[in-house]
Amino acid sequence: MISGGDTSFRKLNTINRRMFIISAAKVVVFTGIVARLFSLQINENKKYLTLSDKNRLREWKLPPERGEFLDFYGNTVAGNLKVYQLHVVPEQVEDFKYLMVRLKDILQLDDKKFSKIIKKKNKQKPWETLVISENLSWDQFSKVNFYLHELGGAKPVLSVARNYPYKENFTHVLGYVAQASESDLINSEIIKKNHVPGLRVGKIGLEKAYENDLIGSNGIQRYEVNAYGKRINQIDHLEGKKGKNLRLTIDTEVQKLANELLADKSGSISVMDIYTGDIIAMHSSPSFDPNLFLYGISHKDWQDIRENPLKPLINKTVAGLYSPGSTIKPLVALSALENDVISPRFTVRCTGKMEMYGQTYHCWKKKGHGYMNLRNAIKQSCDTYFYEAARKLGVDRLNKTGLKFGLGEKVLGKTFIDEKEGLVPSTQWKKDNLGLGWVLGETLITGIGQGYIQTTPLQLCLMTAQLANGGYKIYPRIRVEKDQDTAEQIKNKMAQEAIKKEEENLKIKPIINARNFLKTDQKEHTPLYRNPENIKFVLEAMWGSTNEVMGTSFGSRIDDKKYQFAGKTGTAQVKRITEKHRELELKAKDVPYEERDHALYVAFGPYKNPRYALSIIVEHGGSGSTTAAPMAKKLFKLIIDRHEEREKIIKQNFTI
Amino acid sequence: MFQTRTITNQLTFFQKIRSFDFILLFCIFIIGIISCYSMYSTDGGELLYHSKSHIVRFLVFFVMMIFLSFLNIKFWHATGYLFYIIILGFLIWASFYGVTASGSQRWISLYFINLQPSELMKIAIIVCFAKYYHRTHISDVNSFKNLLLPILILILPIVLVVSQPDLGTSILIALSGLVVLWLAGLNIKYFIYSTLTFVISMPFVIAFLKPYQKLRILTFFNPDKDPLGAGYQIIQSKIAIGSGGLTGKGFLKGTQSYLDFLPEKHTDFIFTLFSEEYGFVGSLFLLILYAIMIFRILRIGSYTRSYFAKLYCFSFAAAIFIYIAVNMSMVLGLLPIVGSPLPIMSYGGSSMLATMIGLSIVMSANIYGKQVIS
Repeated sequence: MISGGDTSFRKLNTINRRMFIISAAKVVVFTGIVARLFSLQINENKKYLTLSDKNRLREWKLPPERGEFLDFYGNTVAGNLKVYQLHVVPEQVEDFKYLMVRLKDILQLDDKKFSKIIKKKNKQKPWETLVISENLSWDQFSKVNFYLHELGGAKPVLSVARNYPYKENFTHVLGYVAQASESDLINSEIIKKNHVPGLRVGKIGLEKAYENDLIGSNGIQRYEVNAYGKRINQIDHLEGKKGKNLRLTIDTEVQKLANELLADKSGSISVMDIYTGDIIAMHSSPSFDPNLFLYGISHKDWQDIRENPLKPLINKTVAGLYSPGSTIKPLVALSALENDVISPRFTVRCTGKMEMYGQTYHCWKKKGHGYMNLRNAIKQSCDTYFYEAARKLGVDRLNKTGLKFGLGEKVLGKTFIDEKEGLVPSTQWKKDNLGLGWVLGETLITGIGQGYIQTTPLQLCLMTAQLANGGYKIYPRIRVEKDQDTAEQIKNKMAQEAIKKEEENLKIKPIINARNFLKTDQKEHTPLYRNPENIKFVLEAMWGSTNEVMGTSFGSRIDDKKYQFAGKTGTAQVKRITEKHRELELKAKDVPYEERDHALYVAFGPYKNPRYALSIIVEHGGSGSTTAAPMAKKLFKLIIDRHEEREKIIKQNFTI
Repeated sequence: MFQTRTITNQLTFFQKIRSFDFILLFCIFIIGIISCYSMYSTDGGELLYHSKSHIVRFLVFFVMMIFLSFLNIKFWHATGYLFYIIILGFLIWASFYGVTASGSQRWISLYFINLQPSELMKIAIIVCFAKYYHRTHISDVNSFKNLLLPILILILPIVLVVSQPDLGTSILIALSGLVVLWLAGLNIKYFIYSTLTFVISMPFVIAFLKPYQKLRILTFFNPDKDPLGAGYQIIQSKIAIGSGGLTGKGFLKGTQSYLDFLPEKHTDFIFTLFSEEYGFVGSLFLLILYAIMIFRILRIGSYTRSYFAKLYCFSFAAAIFIYIAVNMSMVLGLLPIVGSPLPIMSYGGSSMLATMIGLSIVMSANIYGKQVIS
């Protein structure tokens, strides 16, 4: 022990020294660990807290509840219907195969649908809800509930779906909704923001136009999830906001009548308030049931709609282009009077046809009308007179008047993506677009609404309305919004404008370019006339056309002053009539459907104190006086009957 | 000298009890209690398999430690080599007949317990070296002849454990052995030379490896259960600790752990769970408990008279510190992930057993501190 004393001392010395070195190292490392803890937990706590929440919290967006469409009286025309759906969460099902076979039996799913569901199931995570049926019938729903005890994992639930209670009546106005497509998401920020799988968005019509108002905002369910994405529990639930309810200017009763009148026919009816521009009805026929599109239309239904020769997919009111035919004559007469080309006393002798540079221009009346003044020419729709008037007027001056009264321009702006502008030709237009010079013969046929001129039914309605209100510009509208002017306010404004115009006329100012004042955004009810007497003359002639013997729509007149209306018929040729045909004097029935004339009618009423204007087009319907005008009679009866009720609503200051 | 020996030999039972280091015992017990709470939390607030067996193990091994403390330190000195050889035998057994789990053959099946001999080797190697250097003269420590055997003693278990494969444990065994060598007075140049040789040879060794071997080395550093790509575990661990903040999310409210974002939360990442639930304050408290524990072990070492006991205590303190430091640095994202449990806290019977045996030797050194081993 003693001999080794030195050694053991050195040994102890070494171990103690090295122990202290290690201890110092320990303190350093210990401090390092504490510093690291401090930096993570104190300095960067917020960052890691956020990351931890990001880990554990997942948000599920719920589909927003879509705003409803109401008609003028507050009836729901596009609502949300509670539907019964069948959901299955595969994870919670003991024997998925058995359940599916049972459900297939109970719901009577066909093999195609069945394999579709299985395919969908294989694509999803096992805890994601599988929608077996989006719309169970009551029968199916009660059956499922009856067998529910054997169907572990199947959940009948109540959900909300779009519903159009009036079916085909509002199809072309409202459009329809369907699942948002990729392009919907790309083109609309708001759809992208609110999108959830299965979200229905507007595809066309007002559903599309007012998407931003209708869509609402998502409800949000926040769940805590585990590392595998499985929901553990619900943290909170934020209610979404329902989209805005939109009230339309449309009267469902009138809309329904329009639908009835056009049943089995192809055509369009538009009705407008001549002061406010409220569209009371606009219907395009044939129509289809938009409810079919909600859950994916069946192949057969889609085929039926698409292949129908009467083209139900086209909204003819705004997207159908027609030659206005004789319905343009009041405007031609007005243009001629305004430009002092003719006077009401100007007379033409109608022999049934007119020769011009070797071409023969026929009047619809083969025998001819004899001597015609302007009033009679409008009343009896004498073509020869209007060939002569148009010849004197020239197409360019007619073009200006046409544009002023709303032809050649979209009536509702951007509301309907499929609305067409139509065309009011001019010499410049032809040069620019066809590269050809204008031919006088073309002016003549433009004078009777044939040739290049093309209008939509709604444009004709607007034109008639702007004539009927005394010749003032109005702004058609389909949606009721706050602070819209009432008819009385607009009448007052028009009266003021009339006084201003009179003063202007006395000072003899140059006529302002029509195009320019069409472009002003201010809702001014500018007079569209030079001399109000001209408008009055044309309206009176239209009254004659309906309410006097020899008038083209005399047969459809209503003598009761309350309902009395004035109108102008039109019969637009679809095909050039050959000499041979003319000689045969074929009746409409004998001509193949596609070659028959379109029947048109424009009118306003009540005559004494006009308030409403309408336009009717029946494709291949034969003549305006036999097919279209009788419809106007029924329409005016209803419209005027409902006028008081409409006024009542306005007085109540009914807003939504 | 003769007198003192007789005195210690004749210590009464109550004297032995009184000479316990109660502060150390208390620290161990508190850490044990904390570990039970954490384990309960990993089971999602229910007394399930992990928490139940952990509590039972802790209590059994804690009592066992107290009983083992009454073994004279001389016993450990006498059986030092035997202890090592038995564990080495177990390791060899494991490499042939071991139980394989998660791609590694580390366990041997005894009838009552699945034992992981590599964990016990962490202690055995210290005891073995302590015995070896107890008799070695300081002047002989650095002689080449006296270096051969320790290197062999150290290399054998490391090779066996690496081949299991279990990189984490083999590193810890190596570090435990090296610490003893360092404390025994091995010249610092050996450490520097061997480190340099290791670093320089690494690229060459890797270059000669076959692709699948390289992959195996990579998987050492990037352990198996890694569903979302490399670094997932460490990212989730840092999020858990960082989101704990000053005072933590509260008992059973560690979202990272109970929503399964935290991998291996029972074993290597138990500190992460603890830190998430108790925050900076809790973590600091646990660290202080460990620090006191280490300090008490060092204190026992410095008071003890025999070189064997002193070397053992200092080495064990350093080893325990290394285990703690490696584990914490790992979960804090300071070191790559290698499997290394946190002493007492982590789930695992063998690790708990090894730690308790190691502590019982320290206790014994305390009780028989006056004992001189010739």
